[in-house]
Amino acid sequence: MSPRRCWLALLAVLLLAAVGCSNELDTGLTNTGNQQVQLKKKEDLSFAVVSHGAPGDSFWTVVKNGAEQAGKDLGVKVSYQASGGDAAVQSQLIDAAVNQKVDGLVVSMANPDALKASIERAVNAGIPVVTINSGQDKSAEFGALMHIGQDEVVAGKGAGEKLKEAGVTKMLCVIQEAGNVGLEQRCAGAKDGLGGSTENLQVEGSNTAQVESTIQAKLQADKSINGILVLGPIIAGPAIQAVQAAGSQAKIATFDLSGEAIQAIEQGKMLFAVDQQQFLQGYLPIQFLELYATNLNTVGGGQPVLTGPGYVTKDNAAQVASLATGGTR
Amino acid sequence: MTTTVVQPPADERVATTGRLRRLLIRPEIGALFGAIVVLVFFSILSDTFRSADGVANWLDPASTLGIMAVAVGLLMIGGEFDLSAGVQTGTAALTVAILSTKYHVNVWLAILIALGLALAIGYFNGIVVTRTKLPSFIITLGTFLGLQGINLGLTKALTGTVLVSGLANEGGFTSAHFLFASSVKFGSHLFHVSIVWWILLTIAASYLLLRSRFGNWIFASGGDDLAARNVGVPADRTKIQLFMGVSVAAWLVGTIGVLRFNGVQASQGIGQELIYIVAAVIGGCLLTGGYGSVVGASLGALIFGMVSQGIVYVHWDNNWFKLFLGVMLLIAVLANTYLRRYAERSRR
Repeated sequence: MSPRRCWLALLAVLLLAAVGCSNELDTGLTNTGNQQVQLKKKEDLSFAVVSHGAPGDSFWTVVKNGAEQAGKDLGVKVSYQASGGDAAVQSQLIDAAVNQKVDGLVVSMANPDALKASIERAVNAGIPVVTINSGQDKSAEFGALMHIGQDEVVAGKGAGEKLKEAGVTKMLCVIQEAGNVGLEQRCAGAKDGLGGSTENLQVEGSNTAQVESTIQAKLQADKSINGILVLGPIIAGPAIQAVQAAGSQAKIATFDLSGEAIQAIEQGKMLFAVDQQQFLQGYLPIQFLELYATNLNTVGGGQPVLTGPGYVTKDNAAQVASLATGGTR
Repeated sequence: MTTTVVQPPADERVATTGRLRRLLIRPEIGALFGAIVVLVFFSILSDTFRSADGVANWLDPASTLGIMAVAVGLLMIGGEFDLSAGVQTGTAALTVAILSTKYHVNVWLAILIALGLALAIGYFNGIVVTRTKLPSFIITLGTFLGLQGINLGLTKALTGTVLVSGLANEGGFTSAHFLFASSVKFGSHLFHVSIVWWILLTIAASYLLLRSRFGNWIFASGGDDLAARNVGVPADRTKIQLFMGVSVAAWLVGTIGVLRFNGVQASQGIGQELIYIVAAVIGGCLLTGGYGSVVGASLGALIFGMVSQGIVYVHWDNNWFKLFLGVMLLIAVLANTYLRRYAERSRR
């Protein structure tokens, strides 16, 4: 190809894009701000879920499974996108869903302020929004229909109280993800619930070997620590190892479930797991959005719909274990 | 008396080469073809992708990445790396956020202080690398880890949280937001102003690299440090300035982010430094220095933006995004290497 032809080809491509643009001008968001909802047929509905979780994250995979299962059960289209904890990426993914004119949007707001503009754009375009998992305080303010999730402070407090019952006086709260407000809230809640002395420990969640040695070092340095609260099941394994290696008697509890964590509870290596039943955080918003789109129903009456905290203890661990292997717990 | 003009034999150093060949030996040609292929590919598969809102959507991630890729590209042409580039965006954003929300400093003043801090970090990186002659990979790895710790530790110590937000109520926010983080309206479609910053910066940096003496110094310092010094190029100064350039770009991106999202997390920017390098390499910059293009680095960022959003528009699972990026990188590097060999042959 000669250079001139090459430029011509480039020009043609740009022209193609421009044609796309001008078409869009006519049919674009002309009904902006119009809150009227057109009732749609079920099979035409398409919903988008944009989470702040990392792709492949064990917790968020269950949310994804929930959303996809709801899509299958109801016969509606569901697309799940993970933004890996980056608010900028998440707002761009929300913008993309709005551009696709989805019939409903499900967003987890780990960093609500950063998503404000994108969510309001969706609301103004007449797209019903349901927030899940985090961002409860800002959900209604941004114009979302409802919030489905677990109150982190309440759940943290519950975990703290349960640890206190088990005789814990000094607790280590292990934070595996720097910069996540929800995790900080859990530790704050747990501190409140325990009433005793707590210390937060920041670790690098992606490096489990290092997590183990960091916790071990902490236990060796401070023998009075008799309880460990980890905020994700991925840290539960390393915490158990660290307690054994340090010869400590510390009791361990975790937030959220994994096959490994449930097994540890069954074997008595771990006290309990705080379960926010995140399958529901994927399933329910799709169900609710479908009901809203076809029947204008709203759920919760302005209050958040709480999916947790539920607790998995030695009593129910075996039943939950069989469900976890199916990817629904 | 007649004068006869004697035609001297053509010097091969000034021999003209064909236009096709001249085009093909440009470092950014691989990225340009890549960008066109990706654009056509997703435009055919999705009409939302090629709509104005779609274009605004994929230009958005491309813009902030592009600003960084341009500066990182210049530094790479100058023969050095900066692994702290990503975390520096967080440092700048956190500085602005903490100063304005915690100490109620005017947002503009906070932005200026962050700029001063960025220049100091860039100067530090540059001076340590040029004085010690140690690989910049190692030095900036140190800065990367150090700043990561400072970002988290200091933020937690000063504010008690890891998410600093609430700039919108502080003095000077509105005007700063307008300049750094507003949206420009074309018809009924909103384009982020960061796209304008990106394009302006690409033009300015490209002019600097290709049309100024400083640009020659960059190529010379990156190509052969010693030879450059021997002909009087201030290689150390050039490199220090390039490091400071990266820091200024990080400051710009951090400022854009903190104003647009009205806050910042302490973990902001970590891991992004490799993406900047990927964009620059796709754009034809050599890891060994002395060769590359600013426009290419920008095109690398554009490809990244188009792919990351395009995958959403065509309803693919974005679990596969990194694979796509990895394959793109390998293809780009292979194509660039082949084209460069061809270019070197054609110069002989």
